[in-house]
Amino acid sequence: MKFRGRAFKFGDNIDTDVIIPARYLTHTDPKVLASHCMEPLDSEFSKKVRPGDIIVAGSNFGCGSSREHAAIAILGLGIPLVIAKSFARIFYRNAFNKGLILLESDIYEHVKDGVEIEVDVREGLIKAGEKEFRAKPIPHFMIELVESGGLLNYLKKKLELGG
Amino acid sequence: MGMTITEKILAYHSGKEYVEPGEIVEVKIDLALANDITAPLSIEEFEKTGAKRVFDPQKIVFVLDHFTPSKDVQSAENCKRIKDFAKRMGIKHVYDGGVCGIEHALLPELGLVMPGDVVIGADSHTCTYGALGAFATGVGSSDLTFGMATGYLWFKVPESIKFLCYGKWNKWVSGKDLILHIIGMIGVDGALYSAMEFTGEAIYDLSIDSRFTVANMSVEAGAKNGIFPVDEVTLHYVKDKTVRGFKIFGSDPDAKYREVIEIDVGKIGLKVACPHLPSNVKDVEELRGVTLDQVVIGSCTNGRIEDLKIAAEIMKGKKVAEGLRCIIIPATPKIYLEALKRGYIQIFLEAGCVISPPTCGPCLGGHMGVLAKNEKALATTNRNFIGRMGHPESEVYLSGPAVASASAIMGRIAHPEEVL
Repeated sequence: MKFRGRAFKFGDNIDTDVIIPARYLTHTDPKVLASHCMEPLDSEFSKKVRPGDIIVAGSNFGCGSSREHAAIAILGLGIPLVIAKSFARIFYRNAFNKGLILLESDIYEHVKDGVEIEVDVREGLIKAGEKEFRAKPIPHFMIELVESGGLLNYLKKKLELGG
Repeated sequence: MGMTITEKILAYHSGKEYVEPGEIVEVKIDLALANDITAPLSIEEFEKTGAKRVFDPQKIVFVLDHFTPSKDVQSAENCKRIKDFAKRMGIKHVYDGGVCGIEHALLPELGLVMPGDVVIGADSHTCTYGALGAFATGVGSSDLTFGMATGYLWFKVPESIKFLCYGKWNKWVSGKDLILHIIGMIGVDGALYSAMEFTGEAIYDLSIDSRFTVANMSVEAGAKNGIFPVDEVTLHYVKDKTVRGFKIFGSDPDAKYREVIEIDVGKIGLKVACPHLPSNVKDVEELRGVTLDQVVIGSCTNGRIEDLKIAAEIMKGKKVAEGLRCIIIPATPKIYLEALKRGYIQIFLEAGCVISPPTCGPCLGGHMGVLAKNEKALATTNRNFIGRMGHPESEVYLSGPAVASASAIMGRIAHPEEVL
């Protein structure tokens, strides 16, 4: 799994209320949710970002509520990957369950907003221009989860097998 | 090697004698919960998987508490969809209309959660039930779907942090002040992925309502769960509510902790978390200059009878400051009725408060008290993130009921002694 995209930087403790404000939670459509992603911090974000771009953040990304709409909103923009110093635990599970990849790496201080980043997920390698960074390895079964199309495809297969 | 209460509950529910932090276990679920925001996603996904039935209709609960009574057409459609699904699946525990309360106040009140249980909820404040000595944690809609279909879910056994509390509680100080003090000390990711275990002599003096408040906000420190020992207070609370047996677990004396943090509760005063993080905690005395447009007393954190009692004691015979909206939200119909019987509702109405039906409403900027640009609120809720209660340029301060009710009278952040 390899990705290349521009970095969009956000700070520490980016909570799910700013990723997708509660007033939009009556919707489940990824396109609608995506159009309001990060709105309280940057109302133009959903217009600026292109599919393939990457969010780079500080510590505790995704803290707050359990709303899976947060992972759906990010994926709805075509963002495949978030790199942060650390992630809040419910968001961490939700993201992988939905197929959004999260990498733990402390690159926030070392890359500029808008620079192009290359990521090799299996190798845990991040390149930004001349600089190289290592990411904490993702548990093997989390990668399998993403590759099998998320938790619910796994469940679907399991049910088909009568498990 | 001994185990913590969290480890023991996870071991028991995964059919093991022993588990240790870091181990991945498949855990049997006693109860799975969703609300009117998270259930629609879960149901959509459940249907896509081709699952025909839920693992046990008795062990699934839907509480339609967030945007209800429905605030718009879309939220009404969502509630209708949940009820249709519940009917098809034979799920009886659906709470809407006059039997609806805020989920984390309602479920314990109905006896649906017992000590030693494993509860998953598609709501981050599911950790509230740790007050009863249960393992309870928030999950997303996909995990909930998996749990609803199979009756189990994988977990990584968390490390535990012990908060050993001693000393005598100061007047007006409640569970909210303790948990704000702790979050202020360790930060919003201070307990990331961990279990927060609250114990020590001062914890045994804490009421069940205050314990719910403390466990409720453990997620605000990043924790997987918050948990209390089971004692006489717990047993007194559950004894007339349960129709089924339960198993009591307790931490071994030689259980291993990531850290033990000792807290003298006698040194804790009234606390307020300032915008925009629950860890931005100050003493109430430092914030007396902050004027307010709205006060909210309610939520899964502080909408129980003890909270309303404190508010009524402070507001009795007084008036809410001119121009300020004070919104009181009893968390369940039972709490509402009890407050009515005890005369609290009359006190609040005479003071000029708005009484809302049980709902999460304003806590997450849904309805029943959304803030305009530049407005400031003090709330007994749990989060003060940017735009949480409304406009991205509004502000939310968090406190317990004593500071909130005194502040409603003064029109600014105030200590209860200022109005009494």
